[in-house]
Amino acid sequence: MSTERLRVGFLPLVDAALPILAHELGFAEAEGLAIELVRDVTWATVRDRLIYGHTDAAHMVAPLAIATALGRTGPAMAMAVPFVLGLNGNAITFSAALGKACGLGEMLGEPHAVGAALRATAMARKLRFGVVHRYSSHNYMLRYWLAGVGIRPDTDVEIVVTSPPFAADALASGEVDGICVGEPWNSIAVDRGVGRIALATAQIWRRGVEKVLAMRADVAADRGDATQRLIRALHAAAAHFVRPDTAEGSAAILARPAYLDAPADAILRAITDRIRLVRGGEPVHYPDFMFQYREAANFPWRSQAAWLYAQMTRWDGRGYDAGDAAIAAATFRPDLYRAALAGSGAVLPGASSKLEGALGEPIGAGSTQGRLVLGNDRFFDGRAFDPDDIPAYLAGLP
Amino acid sequence: MPPRAACSPWRVRIAIIDTSTTRAAIIAEGLRDAGLDDQVVLDPAGPLVRQIEACAPEVVLINLENPSRDQLEDFFAMSRALGRPIAMFVDQSDAESALAAVDAGVSAYVVDGLARQRIKPVLDVAIRRFQAFSRLQAELAEARTALADRQTIDRAKAILMRRRGIDEPAAYALLRRHAMQSNRRIAEVAEAIVTSDALMGDLP
Repeated sequence: MSTERLRVGFLPLVDAALPILAHELGFAEAEGLAIELVRDVTWATVRDRLIYGHTDAAHMVAPLAIATALGRTGPAMAMAVPFVLGLNGNAITFSAALGKACGLGEMLGEPHAVGAALRATAMARKLRFGVVHRYSSHNYMLRYWLAGVGIRPDTDVEIVVTSPPFAADALASGEVDGICVGEPWNSIAVDRGVGRIALATAQIWRRGVEKVLAMRADVAADRGDATQRLIRALHAAAAHFVRPDTAEGSAAILARPAYLDAPADAILRAITDRIRLVRGGEPVHYPDFMFQYREAANFPWRSQAAWLYAQMTRWDGRGYDAGDAAIAAATFRPDLYRAALAGSGAVLPGASSKLEGALGEPIGAGSTQGRLVLGNDRFFDGRAFDPDDIPAYLAGLP
Repeated sequence: MPPRAACSPWRVRIAIIDTSTTRAAIIAEGLRDAGLDDQVVLDPAGPLVRQIEACAPEVVLINLENPSRDQLEDFFAMSRALGRPIAMFVDQSDAESALAAVDAGVSAYVVDGLARQRIKPVLDVAIRRFQAFSRLQAELAEARTALADRQTIDRAKAILMRRRGIDEPAAYALLRRHAMQSNRRIAEVAEAIVTSDALMGDLP
């Protein structure tokens, strides 16, 4: 078996763990794959390197892969998402002053209650929140929650883009009153004493799709064998990553200057679902803060892409378009995931799409390989998403 | 807002955003030499959006590795302040120039409707200057390495001469032979000698 080579772009975030560990711990090598990791500091550059062939695949915020396929950020380029790199793992952090004004307690608050407190403050003074990218799950999760508690994004609060490594600075300088970013950047703001974590995005949607492995559709097709090896290597890395006894080792690798260049203890807290909400406080355990591997979490459900498209329609101010919806859903490629993992120990769902947010407790689901159990995937407002009727879903939103 | 430079059909107002002030100066000079002298070099430490609003550029050049790119794209997507929307420069008829820009490490945004023949010269200068800057940096790094190597080799020779009681040509020959046998660079062998001397030089 000759070695295949793939260049993989990433941003310094905890959920870049799978490609980094696949490279560092030999999961790629075991598949006859050499991964060259390419680090950047903006999603725009991760996307450009992917589009212009500096990289073959990239760690990417899921909505950006869809926006690229739809030509919302530049030229339309057919994209393929054959693997989800993780669910959730982000948080909403308030500035110290806003946290105080909202009376945040020692534990993570309930989203409606935190929302009511925020609303009282937001009506008195126009607040500004920072998200990592216009086309990010962070933006959509934040907006979903705000709208759900009666705070109108863009009208009652301003939402701007803040690069994750500068998010703590933006809180400290008062440039923003809150941020919605990935780890370890919330924890770093907390440890600096400039912010306090108000909510985990997992409280807004228990199983929210986060980063994905994005490729150009033509590259995924032309490099089919290499793509399959990459999917298998990432899946093996995910199995390793969720073992409790590997957390410290993973945190130490991710902390290195070449990867996150961030404190290992902050990274470890994120990996182990222990979140320090306020400087000097005891970390709070919030199960499934960051979700990985179990419940076929890495499977690219087309319904996840459809939900993201629905949010894009909601906030981009363009109407629903059935053609765009079809392109968005087709960006997620369960067929590539299945082809790569057929015959392995991986659980393969039978369906490619499902109702999102419909499950209150774990339930067995149809699979073609292995035993699939899906857990609680509720949205905080109890609303469910039917990917086959996006217009009705949009009409019912606040 | 200042009067728009676009009033003159011959002028293109260019904003340069670069984390390297040296490179920004080199690009600005290149554009001036090409007769493109309506340009503003933004202060990388200042408020980006406010500076762009103030100068109302028709072309924005930014280095690919600039940490403000996501913020900048969001501003372009949202803002009506510039009168005409700005978008990433992608010349569909000549995909190569967009690729050449990314390869050189620069990204260009242009106002909607700006004619291709007015963008092309700006981009060509930017690409050439970015490439020249990279070459200079590589040469500088090489020169620095060569100097450091030279100093390490001199120190290793001195250690060998002192400890083995040999002369300089013999010390160099010893280094060279050992490097060839172990398939390493002479500087690497020298580095090992200097390190071990620092740790164990006082042992008998």
